[in-house]
Amino acid sequence: MSAAAALPPLLATDALSVAFRGASGWMTAVSEVSFTLREGEALALVGESGSGKSVTAMAVARMHAGMAGTRATGTLRWRGRQGEAVDLLALRGEALRRLRGREIAVVFQDPGSALDPLFTIGDQIAETLRHLLGLGRRAAAARAVELLQLVGIPDPIRRAGEYPHQLSGGMRQRAVIALALAGEPRLLIADEPTTALDVTIQAQIMELLRDLQESRGMAMIFVSHDLGLVAEVAHRLCVLYAGQVVEEGTAAEVLAAPRHPYTRALLDCIPSRDGPPPRGIPGLMPNPLAPPPHCRFAERCAMAVPACREAPVPLRDVAPGRRSRCLRWEALA
Amino acid sequence: MTAPIAEGRALVMEFGGPSLLAPRRRPVRAVAGVDIAIRRGEALGLVGESGSGKSTIGRLLLRLARPTAGQVLFDGQEITDVPRPALRPLRRRMQMVFQDPFGSLNPRMAIGTAVAEGIALHGLARGREARDRAAALLHRVGLAPGLHGRRPAALSGGQRQRVAIARALAVEPDFVVADEPVSALDVSVGAEILALLRELRSERGLALLFVSHDLHAVRSLCDRVAVLYLGRVMEEGPADAVLHAPRHPYTRALLSASPGHPGEARGPRIILRGEIPSPAAPPSGCVFRTRCPHALPACAEAVPALRAMGPDRRAACIRDEVMAA
Repeated sequence: MSAAAALPPLLATDALSVAFRGASGWMTAVSEVSFTLREGEALALVGESGSGKSVTAMAVARMHAGMAGTRATGTLRWRGRQGEAVDLLALRGEALRRLRGREIAVVFQDPGSALDPLFTIGDQIAETLRHLLGLGRRAAAARAVELLQLVGIPDPIRRAGEYPHQLSGGMRQRAVIALALAGEPRLLIADEPTTALDVTIQAQIMELLRDLQESRGMAMIFVSHDLGLVAEVAHRLCVLYAGQVVEEGTAAEVLAAPRHPYTRALLDCIPSRDGPPPRGIPGLMPNPLAPPPHCRFAERCAMAVPACREAPVPLRDVAPGRRSRCLRWEALA
Repeated sequence: MTAPIAEGRALVMEFGGPSLLAPRRRPVRAVAGVDIAIRRGEALGLVGESGSGKSTIGRLLLRLARPTAGQVLFDGQEITDVPRPALRPLRRRMQMVFQDPFGSLNPRMAIGTAVAEGIALHGLARGREARDRAAALLHRVGLAPGLHGRRPAALSGGQRQRVAIARALAVEPDFVVADEPVSALDVSVGAEILALLRELRSERGLALLFVSHDLHAVRSLCDRVAVLYLGRVMEEGPADAVLHAPRHPYTRALLSASPGHPGEARGPRIILRGEIPSPAAPPSGCVFRTRCPHALPACAEAVPALRAMGPDRRAACIRDEVMAA
């Protein structure tokens, strides 16, 4: 770990913003997100609908590249395989295609949409292997079966010959993970990968992701709305609200002692054995495309004071490796 | 003990099955012999994963579907075979809240009108009085008067679920089935809706069947819980007792797999292997045995009976020595 720590991080995002063009001009969906990610590290982007967690993750994967009406600004600095610094936002054409799958792979919530219904699971993985790694037909087919085995699909030789509709939801998600691993990516982005699954199957997929991430030393960005689930995989957390990071730190610290009232309130929404039943958070999240010009959580915050409604609140260091976007973070300590 | 407001006896529900074109097709047994009773004023949580039959049981108890076998009783009266028109007077007393309120609200009708319509339809009030009652109820569920003229599309998901709850309660029912009412909502909004249901239930002495995949949500709302797997009840009892000390291996595994509050110790992790079998071809004997870490050969032989396991508790497992530990 000490040798890896001496290297620059695998990914450093600095003031990453994503804007969409609407009827009345550019509107910012995510503003100035900054974080770093090392090999072997799992970062969770946590938030509710409209928080910008998926938009941030998709911007890292450059999914918006070439999409009209979408603009990503800021810096995404990647450490290439030879240690060279790569500006991900500047990648175009072939370099961008090499990034996807080889460097960064994505697993989505709905495994159905990532698989082509007309091809067998084995053929889809083999095709990806030939494209990404230049393997020959036979080598690719053999490697596809190995990958299916790696992700815990029983009887992988037979399963390789099946079509997506013949697999259960859990098995489809395993196949999608096998597909994502085909190019031996250094960063795996998992966007709510278990939301569509039953809870006992979710537990299996979480175990698989954790094992793969640890055994392969991959970096992972795990996107979720569920703080309980996130606690199972993430080393670090970024909590997002209405398009901004409101709190960041190690998972253990943030969950044990939040330094932002939104994180606190979100934790209080989860029923616990001994605590009072949750009350929820009154009010609505402001539209992140047209946010108020001050603390975005102020309207729903039980701790808000007049100063919270006067000016934007910056994200500040509150302890080593911990940041909070709250004027009153000390009142939570 | 008060008589149950809603009751199902030996309920069986099959879908599909042989037809002219597919004479050998096996029926899917969504509910495979379930006894269930919701007492007056009680909230029962019905928990299970896909294919457990939890939603089907809710529909059977409301007679939105007719069981293949078994009996449905409402307030002591058997309604299993009562034809639809004759059910009309009972409909007012039993209501349903769905997961997706968008699907159950008329997109062209202002929400105040939609709630007033239910009141007028059941002859509880008409005209101005119906509208006033609707407004009072919408206000009670947390929708300010300024919103009452809006259509569903102009509301957030949580607000729409509040409308659905108001509409169900407008006719003053004795029994409400809420089928996954918060699973489409954000955590902070879902918790608010659960809190609202909790308040309304105690205010109105409502009996509630809360259908959910989420054991933790059940704990925060329900008095009792029944855990289903492949159309059968695995365990039932007081929610606190079942969730503190489950007596069935499936409940234990489900509890272990549910993330819950990150600050809370979760005990040893149990990760079930394999998949939920198809309800069209359930395992012999105990339906859970193919994934059960404690299964014995005997578990394949006979369907285990739901047996008493302490006051008001029953579980369907023959491995007493494992489960008492």
